Amino acid sequence: MTAAALERQIQHGAAARADFKVGVVTFPGSLDDHDALRAVRLGGAEAVPLWHASQDLRGVDAVILPGGFSYGDYLRCGAIARFSPLMGDIIAAANAGMPVLGICNGFQVLCEAHLLPGALIQNDRRTFYCKDQKLRVESQDTVWTNGFYAGQEINIVLKNGEGRYIADEATLDRLEGEDRVVFRYLDGNPNGSLRDIAGVTNYSGNVVGLMPHPEHNMEELTSPSLDGRGFFDSVLAFLQLSG
Amino acid sequence: MARVVVDVMPKPEILDPQGKAVTGALARLGFGDLSVRQGKRFEIDFDGEATPERLDEVRQAAEKLLANTVIEGFDVRVEQP
Repeated sequence: MTAAALERQIQHGAAARADFKVGVVTFPGSLDDHDALRAVRLGGAEAVPLWHASQDLRGVDAVILPGGFSYGDYLRCGAIARFSPLMGDIIAAANAGMPVLGICNGFQVLCEAHLLPGALIQNDRRTFYCKDQKLRVESQDTVWTNGFYAGQEINIVLKNGEGRYIADEATLDRLEGEDRVVFRYLDGNPNGSLRDIAGVTNYSGNVVGLMPHPEHNMEELTSPSLDGRGFFDSVLAFLQLSG
Repeated sequence: MARVVVDVMPKPEILDPQGKAVTGALARLGFGDLSVRQGKRFEIDFDGEATPERLDEVRQAAEKLLANTVIEGFDVRVEQP
């Protein structure tokens, strides 16, 4: 294929995808909502800001819960945001099959909302931790990872203080048995997460939560990898097929 | 006026990084054999008596919001004035 033909194909894909709307929820204390909105645009969809206190999903096709410190992490990370008015709508939509991605604090919110099993507690090293983290994609059988292949190694920014994934043994066994561990940390476990788990999905594969930040891995200028794009390619491919 | 106290503690099998940090700091201060686990205390006030029904209500509040029962246990008791 010539470069021009490839360019036309990419533009065609982008035009087709722009029909899809991906919402990003802003809670009080969210930090990465604007990066996530930008990542949605770079990924080829229409980015729709959503406000936690509204009860209007504004016709979005998918939702991202971004990173940050919603409600100052008071009580427990994500515990108060989980009861935001909009979360009631998001829980209902997620249970009806809408793609939902929780990044870092968003992952914590999804666990507190019981859309995902387990919990995230303080890192075993007891410090905030920030690095370019190597991950293995363990499952491509989700709405957000179908563009990767199982076993693929990717690099995604990791930055958190409370990223240690825990669940009881029976839950961990069930997650592994049902192919619901989506990402594992490679080259050392950065926070003491059980079984090196960096991300998990729900039974249906439409809700995914992970501690690393794919929205920061979208552009050459600021990212050591562009592996974050795979998340958006995946969800848009899913929406096109299911649309 | 009644006061009910809810104590929330990390489950025994859950690593308690805050308690571990405090334990380490105490050891450096010469309190070498004190092992600490750290939790949260909530003081809840309401008008009237702490009836069994009101205590049940507080237990529901603790279950729903104050504690995450995946990682924490809680204890509800009436504080005597």
